[in-house]
Amino acid sequence: MLVLLGAFAVLPLALPWLVGRIGARAFLVAALVPVAAFVQAVLVAPDVFAGRTPFETYVWIPQLGLDLSMRMDTLGWVMALIVTGVGALVMVYCRWYFDGKKDGVGQFSAVLLAFAGAMYGLVLTDDIVVLVMFWEITSVLSYLLIGFYHRRGASRRAALQALLVTTLGGLVMFVGVVLLAVHVGTTSMSKILATSEIWRGEGGALVNAAIVMILVGALSKSAIFPFHFWLPGAMAAPTPVSAYLHAAAMVKAGIYLIARFAPTFALAEPWRPIVISLGVFTMLLGGIQALRESDLKRVLAFGTVSQLGMLTAVLGYGSRNTALAGLALLLGHALFKSALFLVVGVIDRQLSTRDIGELSGVGRQAPTLAAFSMIAVASMIGIIPTVGFVAKETTLAALLEYARDDAWALVALIGILLGSALTAAYGIRFIWGAFWTKKDAAGQPRPVTAWPDPPLGFLAAPVLLAGLAIVGGIAAPALDAVFAGYADLAADPAHADHVEHLALWHGWEPALFLSLGTIAAGILLFGLVRVTNWHSRVLPFTSADAYNLVLRGIARAAVATTTFTQRGSLPVYVGTIFVVFVAAEATALLSGGDWQIELEGWHTTMQLVVAPIMILAGAVAVRARKRYTGVVLVSVTGLGMVLLFATSGAPDLALTQILVETVTLVAFALVLRRIPARMGEHNASVLPVVRAVIAVAVGATMAMIALVATGARVADPISDRFPELAYELGHGRNVVNVALVDLRGWDTMGELSVLILAATGVASLVFVTHRADNLSAGTASMPTGVIRHRRPLVETTDGPRPRAASPDSTRQTWLIGGQRVRPENRSIVLEVIVRILFHTIIVVSIYLLFAGHNLPGGGFAGGLVAGMALVMRYVAGGRYELGAAAPTDAGRLLGAGMTLAVVTALAPVLFGAPPLTSAFFEAELPLIGHVEFVTSTLFDIGVYLVVIGLVLDVLRSLGAEVDRQAQDLRERGVSVA
Amino acid sequence: MNVSLVLIVIMGALFAAGVYAMLERSLTRVLIGFLLLGNAANLFLLVVMGRPGVAPFFGSADSPEEMSDPLPQALTLTAIVITFAVSAFLLALIYRSWQLGQADTVHDDEADLAIRVRAAEDEDTMGDEISDTDDDATTDFVGLDTAPITVLHSRDFDALRDDAPTDSPTGPGEDGR
Repeated sequence: MLVLLGAFAVLPLALPWLVGRIGARAFLVAALVPVAAFVQAVLVAPDVFAGRTPFETYVWIPQLGLDLSMRMDTLGWVMALIVTGVGALVMVYCRWYFDGKKDGVGQFSAVLLAFAGAMYGLVLTDDIVVLVMFWEITSVLSYLLIGFYHRRGASRRAALQALLVTTLGGLVMFVGVVLLAVHVGTTSMSKILATSEIWRGEGGALVNAAIVMILVGALSKSAIFPFHFWLPGAMAAPTPVSAYLHAAAMVKAGIYLIARFAPTFALAEPWRPIVISLGVFTMLLGGIQALRESDLKRVLAFGTVSQLGMLTAVLGYGSRNTALAGLALLLGHALFKSALFLVVGVIDRQLSTRDIGELSGVGRQAPTLAAFSMIAVASMIGIIPTVGFVAKETTLAALLEYARDDAWALVALIGILLGSALTAAYGIRFIWGAFWTKKDAAGQPRPVTAWPDPPLGFLAAPVLLAGLAIVGGIAAPALDAVFAGYADLAADPAHADHVEHLALWHGWEPALFLSLGTIAAGILLFGLVRVTNWHSRVLPFTSADAYNLVLRGIARAAVATTTFTQRGSLPVYVGTIFVVFVAAEATALLSGGDWQIELEGWHTTMQLVVAPIMILAGAVAVRARKRYTGVVLVSVTGLGMVLLFATSGAPDLALTQILVETVTLVAFALVLRRIPARMGEHNASVLPVVRAVIAVAVGATMAMIALVATGARVADPISDRFPELAYELGHGRNVVNVALVDLRGWDTMGELSVLILAATGVASLVFVTHRADNLSAGTASMPTGVIRHRRPLVETTDGPRPRAASPDSTRQTWLIGGQRVRPENRSIVLEVIVRILFHTIIVVSIYLLFAGHNLPGGGFAGGLVAGMALVMRYVAGGRYELGAAAPTDAGRLLGAGMTLAVVTALAPVLFGAPPLTSAFFEAELPLIGHVEFVTSTLFDIGVYLVVIGLVLDVLRSLGAEVDRQAQDLRERGVSVA
Repeated sequence: MNVSLVLIVIMGALFAAGVYAMLERSLTRVLIGFLLLGNAANLFLLVVMGRPGVAPFFGSADSPEEMSDPLPQALTLTAIVITFAVSAFLLALIYRSWQLGQADTVHDDEADLAIRVRAAEDEDTMGDEISDTDDDATTDFVGLDTAPITVLHSRDFDALRDDAPTDSPTGPGEDGR
């Protein structure tokens, strides 16, 4: 069984390809799998009958106790035969139905076969959680099948409706299944069902709730009121799908579950009231609706709803005799209803309509089709000698017996009698509508619809299914022997003396007369409907309306929520974040209590000196009207930070901060020269009071957090061992630097990634139209001699070129890019100074890089200093000078730095050490003396390169490229700010 | 842990100033606010460092207690450089915003505003999606070209037995042939 399940899972993958090769004939190949499963089931029949239940299991998720276990008892065996048998016939039928069609048939065949596999697994699995999974798989696959004609809105809506309704039920059922499985302590269905009366006593309410939830799932899947509306809608599916899903397979999943649980749980308080009242009501509702419809397929759809209601009531009753009759009804329904659907499919395929009003005289031209349809309808109505007759009579006999002492049996009996009359009426109406020659208003016969003869293969499936309805009736005693294996599960001591049997002829019993009475009433009813042409509704509203109402409600709620939360305003979003932050932190702070605060006024006099300056600068900066004022004032707070760092024993921080302040200021200047100095009136502050309140609240909260957090630090800081570790492991005296490149190297690695992302972001925003690096393009065209000999650049028709090196002119320039700077912006003094200082600064930066391990400095400081040198070259000589000065592209620097850092971090892994482990080498070299080298220095070089790359990227984007764009504008005559 | 009240006051003030500026629509002010927040956050780390000591170099003090705590310093160093990188990114945003709209103001998102306007229209579109325009089709083959499947030779015989009321030319009772 598991092997077959695997085949059901694997073969669909190949089907689309196969359909592409051999067209619709691939359905015949697909049918082989269900045929194999059918044959396998037939072969194990002796074991099933003898009670040696075939059982296969495969441990799947032992942690959750989930097994892929397959158990074929009588009920599972019958269901497996129906699912695979009808499945195979429907696929054979599809070979004709989709003959010559191309669109989506490949996927369709795959989904149909996979669906058959899911149903096969569903009816055979013994693990209740796996059953829910198969259940959901069938829901999803049925969505795809119903939505086959995806270009039609009706199809899409119907598919979505079926999916929503059945998955809603499936989820509710899942909750119930989990409750039940946890309560019983196993997911094995056979063990759960072997319990007795667990709905009584302790935990009984829980079990009852679980039962109701499982019923919700079953009823929604089987289209029982109030979930019935999705089934008629699902008639938008191709007819083979309707025949399979909506007659034989998927809607039977719910019935199967009810049949599975009824013998054990039928006596639980909620069971019979729910199952019988809803079942009977659905039967009547569906029957009446079926009389109204003029579309043959919808007649059958409502008929199915009606029959499913009957099956729910009969199988759900859960006593021995009803179980026997119910299983016969189930088999009968699967046979005749899929046969009738397939007949409708033939009519639709041949005539492109299935409207009762448009068909006339088909029966005379297609006698075979008509004859077998009549057999199927006879089985539906319950006319001897069909299986439907046998089942119906047994049902009535069983309920007559139970109705003596059980009110629910009486309800079911009366409902089924009324429903059977309706069934007879719409059954006759179906035959009349499909095959009879109809008369128009004047009483004249309507023109006969021309009937193109279909090939034999197309008719084979419906004919065979309808024929089986008679075979089943005649073979009733055999069915009785087989079905007893299931029926006897429902022990029924009260009626032990009254055991029903399936038989073609029971004799002249009350049940027979009741059955005949319903048929007679049905004929009368059909006549009445035909004469009065009745079309009004039964209920003033439909469940579909309720469904639409709910959908609209959800859509409205979604729009309302989006409108409320997505204000589209940045200040509102940022403000929300801060308000939530204050609320959350303040709640935590206020609800805590026991704080230990150790407060001093100040630690150093420098703190007292810078405090008023920083606070004032910060306060004025945010009110500044001019951009540059604000930026400079922010720099003042930054310089205050430098002073604080310097006096708090943090020389590295002071060094880095002052360098960053400088570079930031330069970057600001580069951008601000292109936009107006004053912030415009439309930037006027809004709601300053509200903002001030939020701001002060955040400031106060942060101050409180600082007090409480520092007070909470009572344990020894881990950094107490840092100095020791830095020296012994990292071989460096500068603890902060060793922490960055060695002890906490991963942090730095993350930081490098952020730097690269930010640099890339800057470049992409500025080079938004082209990613080519103009910097190298600007200098690459120059002969190397320009850079080596520093010839002055002159404008030529080909762009900037070095002045020809004539023998009499050996004049050199201070900076080669200087000539390209506009005269009013050019400063020779600056050029001279930059020329002299540049290399010195680079040497200093390299010194900082290497000295950083033991003295203040390191990769960050060194990189920033080198970046400053580049800034100087750019400021003095413009963008060509930057191109000449930059060693390479910014992107290459960033990439090389990051690669170096990553390689250094990962190299130790090759030697079996954890990443970022540093190695130490020392040697006595002649002339140089004692040399020490730690591999973390390589990591620091990576940092150095990334920082240079970042500064260079900022310069060439916000500097050089902005220059170029401004020049473009100037050349096009646009005035530039 | 011993903390300095003055530092906490500066930190609170910078946080307040930063948040105030960040709630503006002008991107330049947002950037100013971001830088102030960055300095405030670094100050927070400085506060957490506790009482300052000598610079943390191995051998510069006899015991770790006399040194400044090196861990917050390492974190601060990282923070300073990242603040620079992100503010460079914000600067590029400001430049781009100016290039596109001659303004560095963040306007309300048009798509979000459009949703509010659409709320009323949606009622109609939802109605369209739910209505039963082609639900009443009585065939599977709406808008599809389809032809009945026929058996070639049966048509040939049809000409011979025009009136045959059967599925097939060979007479009733045999399956469709």
